[in-house]
Amino acid sequence: MMEQHEHIVRSYEEELALLNNTIARMGGLAEQVLGQAIEALERRDAELAGATIKQDEEIDELQRQIEAEAVVMIARRQPMAYDLRQIMAALRISIDLERIGDLGKNIAKRAVAVVMEQQPKQLMLGLKHMGELALGQLKDVLDAFIERDADRALKVWYKDEEIDAMYNSLFRELLTYMMEDPRNIGLCTHLLFGAKNIERIGDHATNIAETVYYLVHGTAIVDERPKGDTTSSTPVALKRSAV
Amino acid sequence: MEAKVAPQPAVQTPAPPVPETKAGTSPAEQHALKMKASNVNLWYGEKQALFDVDLEIFDRSVTALIGPSGCGKSTFLRCLDRMNDVIDGCRVSGDIRLDGQDIYDPHVDPVQLRARVGMVFQKPNPFPKSIFENVAYGPRIHGLCSTKAELEEVVVGSLTRAGLFEEVKDRLQEPGTGLSGGQQQRLCIARAISVNPEVLLMDEPCSALDPIATARIEDLMEELKEQLCIVIVTHSMQQAARVSQRTAFFHLGKLIEVDQTSTIFTNPKEQRTQDYITGRFG
Repeated sequence: MMEQHEHIVRSYEEELALLNNTIARMGGLAEQVLGQAIEALERRDAELAGATIKQDEEIDELQRQIEAEAVVMIARRQPMAYDLRQIMAALRISIDLERIGDLGKNIAKRAVAVVMEQQPKQLMLGLKHMGELALGQLKDVLDAFIERDADRALKVWYKDEEIDAMYNSLFRELLTYMMEDPRNIGLCTHLLFGAKNIERIGDHATNIAETVYYLVHGTAIVDERPKGDTTSSTPVALKRSAV
Repeated sequence: MEAKVAPQPAVQTPAPPVPETKAGTSPAEQHALKMKASNVNLWYGEKQALFDVDLEIFDRSVTALIGPSGCGKSTFLRCLDRMNDVIDGCRVSGDIRLDGQDIYDPHVDPVQLRARVGMVFQKPNPFPKSIFENVAYGPRIHGLCSTKAELEEVVVGSLTRAGLFEEVKDRLQEPGTGLSGGQQQRLCIARAISVNPEVLLMDEPCSALDPIATARIEDLMEELKEQLCIVIVTHSMQQAARVSQRTAFFHLGKLIEVDQTSTIFTNPKEQRTQDYITGRFG
């Protein structure tokens, strides 16, 4: 990447810095929401889940703020080249982070819903592991954004496959539980949605990785991303014989 | 990307026939080479103002020359119709071709050249004559019309193409200097295109105009580029971004980078280009 010299107009520099800082703050909050949501689910902690749900509001507010700032900057500064890419990146990343916040909040809501249920350890472990992986991806991609590190973003992009693979195996596992005993269906459905949410969070992290790559290089990633989530084409009925 | 940008000295994109396959291909890439400058150096007396400039200019498209004051963009523009010939102590070396023909060849008549390569200046400069005479002047001295009716047709046609006819049709005999700035500039464009030039050079044609008049000129450029080759020097990067298909960035007499306009303004390859267009200290 080129060296980034300072703008002649200092207020422009300040506005861009503010935009970057707001993204960083939003990212920090999104990490927190996701981390807490998984913890709340695992520990069956309704209080933590409630606090997490509330925290998402702050993310939404920051997203509106970034959008407003970006629109005004485009109108007033008419950004070019790297500046334009920075503003477009901030806009796009803020949308992904807002979605991550929503998905995290949804996990927290499910944590409240299943608070009274007896949870199979094995399943919870899988879900927790998947959540940690997604959280790691989110952390890495946010660091990649802050450091303008396209290679690191690319690593995140490729690594999403692991989350997809975990989701596939959790999907099968949950299906098995449900088939074993219909009384598991309530809990398992919540956990399945929780897992799906985490899988989606992983997808948003890869979106951010793509944005970081574009921000740094000015071009899109050309490689075809390996798509690991095969659950949408998994025939459920066939699994019955395995149970 | 096809633009390969080497470090110093000046750079050049490869020949045009390589078809761009990706989306957003500039129309400029699909058009024929109209002018080609190779290894152009220029001195004003002892002072060198252009260094080894290589630039290809394509037909039926707008090429914008941008860069800070004193970077040589206007000087280069004036090389394209040999306007520098009249400046004392100005010396040009290198090769500039129009349709493959060397325009600095001793056999080339600069007056005939300027009929093929027209120029519009920063400040509207209509002759102190009537609107009609302003446009009729060129075709008359070049003997393009044999009858009065023919001349009238050319004048009306040129004013129409310049988007001015409707506004002035009832006062063609009034002085051109009585028009508004924007109208005067369009009159100058009508005058320039009245002799059917193949190339139109525009040296900051809008810097003395308000945004509405500027928009009219830009709209006009879009229409004119369907028939001819336009090269514009502009200080407004937004204008370059709006009107051109290719943009060339000059700095300290050197051509730093030339590429599709969409690339220059979203993803320039050279640090100096980026610093300039984003308003950074370089």
